[in-house]
Amino acid sequence: MTPRILGALSVPLLAAQLFAVALAPRPAAADTLFMSTQLRPIEEAQKMRDVILKDYTGKVTYVPQEPAQLPLRIQAEQQGGTHTISLIAALHGELEPLIALNGIVPLDDLAAKLKDRNIPAGLMTLGKLGTPHQMYIPWMQATYFMVANKQALPYLPPGADINALTYEQLAAWGAAIETKTGKRMLGFPAGPKGLMHRFIEGFLYPSYTGGLVTTFSGAAADAMWTRFAALWKSVNPNSTNYNFMQEPLLSGDVWIAFDHVARLLDALRQKPDDFVTFPAPAGPKGRGYMPVLAGLAIAKDAPDQPGAEALISYLTLPATQITTARAVGFFPVVQATLPADLDPGVKLAAVAIAQTQTAKDALPALLPIGLGTHGGEFDKVMLDTFQLVVLRGTAPHDALAREAPILQKIMTDSGAPCWAPDPPSTGACKVQ
Amino acid sequence: MRRAAMTPYLLIAPATIFLGVLFVAPLVQTIALAFRPEGSFSFGNFTTMANDINFNVAIVNTFKVILLAVPLQVALALGMAMMLRHMRAGRDIVLWIWSIPLGISDLAAGLVWLAILTDRGYLNTLLFHLGIIPGPESWLTYETPTALLIAIVVAELWRATPIVLVILAAGVQLVPKEYNEAAEVFGATPWQRFIRITLPLLRPSIQTALILRTVLAFEMFATVLALGGRNFPVLMSEAFNWQNFQQDYGVAAAYAVVVMVCSLAATLIYLRVLHTPAAQLP
Repeated sequence: MTPRILGALSVPLLAAQLFAVALAPRPAAADTLFMSTQLRPIEEAQKMRDVILKDYTGKVTYVPQEPAQLPLRIQAEQQGGTHTISLIAALHGELEPLIALNGIVPLDDLAAKLKDRNIPAGLMTLGKLGTPHQMYIPWMQATYFMVANKQALPYLPPGADINALTYEQLAAWGAAIETKTGKRMLGFPAGPKGLMHRFIEGFLYPSYTGGLVTTFSGAAADAMWTRFAALWKSVNPNSTNYNFMQEPLLSGDVWIAFDHVARLLDALRQKPDDFVTFPAPAGPKGRGYMPVLAGLAIAKDAPDQPGAEALISYLTLPATQITTARAVGFFPVVQATLPADLDPGVKLAAVAIAQTQTAKDALPALLPIGLGTHGGEFDKVMLDTFQLVVLRGTAPHDALAREAPILQKIMTDSGAPCWAPDPPSTGACKVQ
Repeated sequence: MRRAAMTPYLLIAPATIFLGVLFVAPLVQTIALAFRPEGSFSFGNFTTMANDINFNVAIVNTFKVILLAVPLQVALALGMAMMLRHMRAGRDIVLWIWSIPLGISDLAAGLVWLAILTDRGYLNTLLFHLGIIPGPESWLTYETPTALLIAIVVAELWRATPIVLVILAAGVQLVPKEYNEAAEVFGATPWQRFIRITLPLLRPSIQTALILRTVLAFEMFATVLALGGRNFPVLMSEAFNWQNFQQDYGVAAAYAVVVMVCSLAATLIYLRVLHTPAAQLP
């Protein structure tokens, strides 16, 4: 029923969109056309124009664009031979398909000029999109991190640095709280609408195995699930009902929790004095984390390449990055000193994000790319393995032997090549 | 004359068209979706469904709830219908109050019980104040499957007993008083009269109630989802997950076909086992 309704709706929507495109303001010759799949809602777009771009000296026309329409628009301009777009802003996964379209140009010279921005090397590497060249400049980000109630701090294992925690230490921490208080105070968003699958895909697997699809099964994965099942003994059993960790954190049902910044921010804003924030733990292969990264790329045959470069330079200035965090809640990719009057909750989040990405052992893991309609099935493989091993007590080896062929079928059916931190592949990514 | 002959057909036409368009057509589409994943006949969706880690659990959970809740509902509703029969004053008010859950949506019913049974809900508050538990106790987690099952059965009882009651209360009114009075004259005890006279004469109503209730129980969804979430998969919640999260309409349709087959089988069994010969109708 739903797809039918959506189908019925899509016709007028498409018509409206075409109409909107036809009516979209054509920039005056001197304007730089800046098209973005991010900050689309009208308030955010308005903040972009009135606040973030306020101090930019050039003339910019800022045009929000639906992610699905971006490649179509690029293609249409290429085929029509009329180039209007200069700067493109989009998420990492949305920029990647533009390589195949030959829609964006390398920015190696610009990247060299922007060295003083100190964008972390891991993020710059992501900006190469698997090519030898810098294809986009990281712009702003969000990610997942951990929050702890200050009441939990006395139980931190001796010698543990909360900003450089390992999974072993997190397990010991949770166990210590359980021993001393009798309560299981670790929490994960494993509810029906929670983001537990992102934790498994972007944090647990990369930290323990250095990959996700290629290392899905094997000795490292076996060990990982065994350890995680042991850690889970100190996790609040209501975790399978938690969708947004800010709620149990605020109610005091859990003291230590992992989630996406947007699902933690309420707790941090409401009680900034009660909580500390810190990066997700590290495993044997590093501190796996999933950045949600938006980047800036320049369109091929851009009518105003110098203008686009100047705009990238402006948007990556520490001051602009702070303004962006304040205005729209996306966080800096550059090293920026946060002002003292920033909302204390937002500041806590910003600190955790900065610490996550600048951690010495940081290992960025991307959102799955190229799965198309198989995205939900991919997440299900991760959640089913979690269910089997952690909640139903299946031996990790058996669970992985069961799920690996299902995962391989999804990869083969979708034809998705490997994404970081799995090594690049030609053709569909293979489970080893 | 001819117009008069047409009248019955014209009168049932709207309902027939309505059912055809909104029930038979989607049913055929669902079956097609389940058996023809890529345009040709295949059991692929059913294999995927049967191999899923939640399939067996969902079957077992669905049957557990039905086998516990439906007989209890019939027993409760029978008791309530008998009580109503002997009431003189306030009968309508009591029937009205007992029917309130009928007017509440499944999801709302689930949320009501969630508010009672959650860690910081009314039940724990009460138990805590009575000194029975030292702090919040979890009833609805994967670690407490029995408590979770009881909670869901209780919520189902609360929510769906009224529909059985309404059918049985109507049936009880059809039972002629003369039979009971005659039995009383011959010295039958109230229990004997209930077992030997009322119950057999109620058979058609019980059959209707059981069919309706069991078919609806196979479709239980929102109450279970509110209380159990992923901890208590049932057939319908799995269909929902495959459709909504995995966006695999074929497997969701396969689940729908399983639910349909179970419902049909239950209906046929009831029709056969509780068949009442026309001569025995009250």
